[in-house]
Amino acid sequence: MSCSKCSEKGVLELQHGVLCKNHFITYFENKVFKTIKKFNLIGRNENVCVATSGGKDSLTVLYLVKKYIEKEKLQSDIFALVVDEGISNYREHTIEDLENFCKEHKVRLESVSNKEVFGHTLEEAYPIVNKDTKKKPCNICGVWRRYLLNKVSRDLGATKVVTGHNLDDEAQAVMMNIFKANTKLSANLGPISGVKEDTKFVQRVKPLYFCTEKETRLYVLLKGFTVQFTECPFSHVGYRAHMRDMLNDFEYKYKGTKQGIINSFLQLLPMLQEKATENYTPIASCETCEEPCNGKVCNACKIMEVLNEV
Amino acid sequence: MKIINEVSKSTETFPFSGSVQELLLHLKINPETVLITRNNEVLLESEAVEDSDTITILSVVSGG
Repeated sequence: MSCSKCSEKGVLELQHGVLCKNHFITYFENKVFKTIKKFNLIGRNENVCVATSGGKDSLTVLYLVKKYIEKEKLQSDIFALVVDEGISNYREHTIEDLENFCKEHKVRLESVSNKEVFGHTLEEAYPIVNKDTKKKPCNICGVWRRYLLNKVSRDLGATKVVTGHNLDDEAQAVMMNIFKANTKLSANLGPISGVKEDTKFVQRVKPLYFCTEKETRLYVLLKGFTVQFTECPFSHVGYRAHMRDMLNDFEYKYKGTKQGIINSFLQLLPMLQEKATENYTPIASCETCEEPCNGKVCNACKIMEVLNEV
Repeated sequence: MKIINEVSKSTETFPFSGSVQELLLHLKINPETVLITRNNEVLLESEAVEDSDTITILSVVSGG
């Protein structure tokens, strides 16, 4: 089947037609640039930190945010930050790809590891923490990752943290929160993360918000980026993997399901955010590490308390 | 037809000709989760594949 815009061979069939390689790349890049503009994700004279893993989403968002800054002459700086969780036979390969990518595209790469900050890799921490708290590896990983991205990016003077979250990730998060009756948490979702503002929080933004996982995979393939297509060995343990499979089944049977979830969610988001600010409690400082938190001790330090008891 | 499946990290050969969509149905793979290539060229689900083709199945999913 030929491209709906020219006579070239099609590479992807969308609801509104078929696109060839060149028209798909233009469509994808314009979608990302429009998202950045519409939600004002990146402005002038910023110091932009791109949270990277070396996977397809983070390399794509790093490449396109850099391209956007140059195209719009924003005079903003950009650097990549990687968190090494300590997952053997997985992260070391993606970090190697990331180092090569940053070298080729002349982007400064900063790194931090769970081991150097928390004294444990994820693999070391998980069995100990799980025994006491039943926490899944993704719970520990997520808490430590968010903690490090915020702290290290802030220490490096970042004004924004860009993440590679795509439409699939967001639709999964929305549905997971509904299934678990955690709708309050959904107020923190959206193209700009978080409800509460605090000088210790660096704003997190998601330029790939409207790009599906399949579109991003195709973009990486057509651009020839070197990326490992491996899944985290812990991912099958998580609730998210089941939600992902369920939504992919629905998407196959009912095209546009994921986009529909996001469109509905964006209509509800202002109400969720208003509700979240009704019972607003100011951000406190963790008694242990002084990082921002809602209670007395932040979640990263609570994990450390379990580890220190052993 | 030779199938190089990068999702399951396996290679298999069996007689088949039809559309990509029919091939994926035969392999019980959800088309939302993969990209299909032949000689490094991305194929649409409606495209025909022949018994003499070598087809590669690429995973869309990566990360955690």
